[in-house]
Amino acid sequence: MKPKPMFMSFSRGDVTNFVMLMVIGLAVIPVLIQTDYWYSSILIPWLCLSLAAIGQQIVMGYAGQLALGAAGFMAAGAFALFNLELRVPWVPFPINLMFSGLIAAAFGIIFGLPSLRVRGIYLMVATLASQFFIIWMIDKFGWFKNYDTSGIITAQDIVIFGKEFTTPLEMYLVVLVVVAVLTILAVNMTRGSTGRNWMAVRDMDIAAESMGISLLKTKLQAFAISAFFCGVAGALFAFTYLKSMEPVAFDIKLSFRILFMVILGGLGTIKGAFIGAAFILLFPVALNTLGNELFHGAIDATIISSIELVVFGVLIIVFMIYEPLGMAKMWEGIKQKFKRKPEPSMARVSDSKA
Amino acid sequence: MTEVLFFFEVVLAGLLAGTMYSLVALGFVLIYKASSTFNFAQGAMVFFAVLSFVGFMELGLPFVVAFFVTILLMVLVGFATQRLVLQPLMNESEDTVLMATIGLGFVLEGLAQAAWGVEVRRLDLGIGDFPIQWIVDSTGLFISALDLTAGLVAAGLIIALALLFKYTKMGLGLRAVADDPGAASSIGIPLSSIMLLVWSAAGVVALVAGMMWGARAGVQFALVDLALKALPVLIIGGFSSIPGAIVGGLIIGASEKVLEVYIGPYFGGGIEVWAPFVLAIFFLLWRPEGLFGEKIIRRV
Repeated sequence: MKPKPMFMSFSRGDVTNFVMLMVIGLAVIPVLIQTDYWYSSILIPWLCLSLAAIGQQIVMGYAGQLALGAAGFMAAGAFALFNLELRVPWVPFPINLMFSGLIAAAFGIIFGLPSLRVRGIYLMVATLASQFFIIWMIDKFGWFKNYDTSGIITAQDIVIFGKEFTTPLEMYLVVLVVVAVLTILAVNMTRGSTGRNWMAVRDMDIAAESMGISLLKTKLQAFAISAFFCGVAGALFAFTYLKSMEPVAFDIKLSFRILFMVILGGLGTIKGAFIGAAFILLFPVALNTLGNELFHGAIDATIISSIELVVFGVLIIVFMIYEPLGMAKMWEGIKQKFKRKPEPSMARVSDSKA
Repeated sequence: MTEVLFFFEVVLAGLLAGTMYSLVALGFVLIYKASSTFNFAQGAMVFFAVLSFVGFMELGLPFVVAFFVTILLMVLVGFATQRLVLQPLMNESEDTVLMATIGLGFVLEGLAQAAWGVEVRRLDLGIGDFPIQWIVDSTGLFISALDLTAGLVAAGLIIALALLFKYTKMGLGLRAVADDPGAASSIGIPLSSIMLLVWSAAGVVALVAGMMWGARAGVQFALVDLALKALPVLIIGGFSSIPGAIVGGLIIGASEKVLEVYIGPYFGGGIEVWAPFVLAIFFLLWRPEGLFGEKIIRRV
């Protein structure tokens, strides 16, 4: 039987999980971890990239549209926030953050238009246009960078209700709250009619359309919401992690990384976005540490980063062949092992033994 | 008059540069024709092939030997891809296979760099990237020798491939497989050896494309990004058509140069980064199957 929802679409179990995660995130981690390195190099980028991966997940994992341009929308969000903070500094930071997401969403709608006609690699090429165009636009028009001659802009300090958030811990808390709120929204959307429509379009568009789901609305909605998430993620990424940035920071390589997060983490789950982001972010760190520990610098850093590419590529292929649902599915499998086994499978085990 | 001449020069330079895109697209079309696989790794194959070629030359192998050793290596890559990536994914959806080939691309890029290093290499084919004097003297047009060579090589490759498809038993088998893999294998055409042939041919094309690009821009990682421009070429020409790859490349090359020279200055230049992609979007709206492609696109 389906548990009765307590809040929006969330059951009692969801709420307990959420409260536990929030207690860990807001209380346990700040008490336990004192080093800035963990906040500024691991936790903050992880949360930001997870948010971007949720955006990619919405358009690709839920709506089934093969898009490759998340970094372009992140750049749009980042530079939108920079300009909003620069030009309308009296507007509170959270509102500006939201507007930067909305600006990215507008780009999402424009570049989502080809999805109405094409899919698969055709759509991928069309979305690549957005990636190249947005970066070029920011690069070529000085206005976006406030005519800074070096081409590198410095993000303003985050000020919310007169309080400055400048230390890594404070910025981590800001990012955590934003990511938590947007994640709840995303989970709720994917469980509600919006998400059902996306999945219907993903699984069989013609059947979805014949059931009265508007493809135009559903696809553009997915692109817009996806770009909104990427935009906010990009803005946070720029303001709390990069701090000073140029458009090149959001090039096609970042788009590929976010694509990989979603594929490896698991298509069609919000959890997969977080797992995938953690893996893509931590794996190079682990590989570097391992390389230094084992060979004491005998192996060149460029070799290690090449090996990183090979491992990512091999993993993608292996996951596509053996576990297209990614690490989230593996995680469920592991959890299942530790849980009390359901009756039917117990019976089958004892049968086979006898 | 000089303005008209200049325009022709721009178009001509674009057309010739476009053949370089065509060469990359050609490898893509070969694989798509035979197996309906979008091989996203074609760009990485270009990089892998030419970097290995330069690497072998640095090891002291003569030009011709290095060329054939690299071809052998590309056959091996094709064989491994066939066995390890494509066969296990035989009946999966197009999108799944496409993502696997993205993975393959990263594997090839990583392997090439791990084996040969990341420095930019020079590749000297003995053909300069400067205008040919007698053409300048007789017509006043500036045409780079390298561009002209690339054009001739592309033409030669296409004629060779067309002959291979048309007049050999292997080619007949290949066309049968492209038409209906199930029926072809049921009458005894060996699918796996046909696929190996196709991947090897794509590998050779990748090597030649890489040599042309490498001679111009240096053998470096940026080749992978350049190869992304083969994607709009394919959309314009159609994924399954060899003439399409050529014409698409020429259109992209020429329009990119014309736009950059005549419209670029108003936007501060650099529009060739995205112009081919936007052009491809307009083509998608007008003719989604491409100029020469078959109407196979799924209704969405």
